Amino acid sequence: MSATWQHRLAERGVDRRLWLLLPATIFVLLLFVYPFLYGLSLSFQPLNGGGVLANYNEFFSDAYQRDTIATTLKIALPAALLNVLAAVPIAFRLRGRFRGKRLLTTILVVPITLGTVLTAQGLLNYLGPTGWLNRILLGLHIVDNPIRLTNNYWGVFFSLVITGFPFAFLLVLSYLSGIDPTLERAAATLGASKAQRFRRITLPLLAPGLATTFLLTFVLAFSVFPSAVLVGNPAGSTRVISLAAYQAAYEQYDYSYASAIAMVMGVVELVVVAIVLVWRSRLYTGSTGGKG
Amino acid sequence: MRLRTTPLGWVIWAVVAFFFVNLAGVVLSVLVSSFGRRWFDTWLPNGFTTQWYGEAWREFTLFHVIVVTLLVSALVVVLSVLVGAPAAYVLARKNFPGKRLVYLTFLLPILMPPITYGIPLATVLYKFGFAGHLSGVVLANLVPSVPFVILTMTPFIEQVDPRIEDAARMLGAGTRAVFLKILAPLLVPGLLASAILVLVRTVGMFELTFLTAGPDSQTLVVALYYSMSAAGIRAQQSVDAMAVIYTAMMLVLLVVALRFVNPTQLVARVKEEPSE
Repeated sequence: MSATWQHRLAERGVDRRLWLLLPATIFVLLLFVYPFLYGLSLSFQPLNGGGVLANYNEFFSDAYQRDTIATTLKIALPAALLNVLAAVPIAFRLRGRFRGKRLLTTILVVPITLGTVLTAQGLLNYLGPTGWLNRILLGLHIVDNPIRLTNNYWGVFFSLVITGFPFAFLLVLSYLSGIDPTLERAAATLGASKAQRFRRITLPLLAPGLATTFLLTFVLAFSVFPSAVLVGNPAGSTRVISLAAYQAAYEQYDYSYASAIAMVMGVVELVVVAIVLVWRSRLYTGSTGGKG
Repeated sequence: MRLRTTPLGWVIWAVVAFFFVNLAGVVLSVLVSSFGRRWFDTWLPNGFTTQWYGEAWREFTLFHVIVVTLLVSALVVVLSVLVGAPAAYVLARKNFPGKRLVYLTFLLPILMPPITYGIPLATVLYKFGFAGHLSGVVLANLVPSVPFVILTMTPFIEQVDPRIEDAARMLGAGTRAVFLKILAPLLVPGLLASAILVLVRTVGMFELTFLTAGPDSQTLVVALYYSMSAAGIRAQQSVDAMAVIYTAMMLVLLVVALRFVNPTQLVARVKEEPSE
């Protein structure tokens, strides 16, 4: 009797090898799902009383807090979009084989190693009022007064481009290399022009990969925190939502309110992710000619 | 194939060049400053010195910080591979009820900003006495690392022909022997790739370490952040020197990584186009 049971389960894919999944499942339940649910329930137990939704009410009725959502999206969406769009033509020119490809790829990827603080220090030094860029612009009489590019929106934006672009480029190049070049050659044989080949063959095959790349760079940009403080204007134009959550937790020691902000942050981010995923699911998702 | 350059191509290369000239300016300004004596309103500092490196080394107890960074990263790499690789094997090989749900649960920590789950996680870790110590930092960093190992290993495992395993089993090899003698050697490239990528990610991970580290368990990124946000107390140049040390360390890791991982084959594995 038990033998047939095991047999039936095995037919559906349940057998002893599933135990291998156990450590990872326990781990993700203990360190991700449980803390998340704990934070969720904590967010409904406001420190100062006032009902289950008091934290959320407080967040959404306070314009200083509520506006952090728009501030974050205003920084993260354009930065992620620019990184992906800039990566496409560059990756496009770097696919295939040619001399110096490895060197060029390496140069484009190296900024990953810079880290937030070196980027921040560099932006402050280089773009600051007495930095090299302003010196050059003043020297060439392009501007009369030093332009302000740090301690505001642009400082954070540049820092996100510097750290996000290499990452986006690497992913796009990887997706692009996965597209079988013979497909394009076949189209060329049938008389398709270069633009037609890009629009009708490469772009549709690349689009799901672009969506994924956009998502991952968006997640990076959305959680921007150190650079918003270091090169931004953390009290004003770059007061992002992660900063609001951090201040609630570690400056006011109100973990309940901080959890509520973290939940709002997660929901806003997941809404963007969901929109992109829905759009992506309507694209072609089959083989791109590459091997698995 | 040679690089054929069209007018559009020139525009693209010009934009890339412009980006890199400015990026070089950003990096060089830190490098020059870290060796500079006094640098106010001039093109270059009025003298060069290496004193800031010595000062950064002593003031920020960099030796201790680097030991912590390497220890945390090594522990995270070993643990996430040990936990992640078997799960990747099951997800690559088998279909079972609830697979999509399991997959989504593993995907979420990568799709969520670290601060979102980091704050509740830090609260829980404080409750159980892990946060503020090395163990808390390691546990927090495992949250995105284990899923990352699973996602990078799965395609590598899918490439191994299951018939090799079946053949070994038919010849009498047990599960343990199949794993150690057949799968492990074939998966060395995949294991290395995911291990190195996790290493680079962990050394650079700011948010989770920041939320869970105590004074003795800071990694280099977090120590750097504190030294810079407490500006005015310490010379800016020693922060610059420290940032240069961090970047040098990351650069070594990246160069090692690029030796083992072909960056163009991260998500799709194809043979390179033969040269024409």
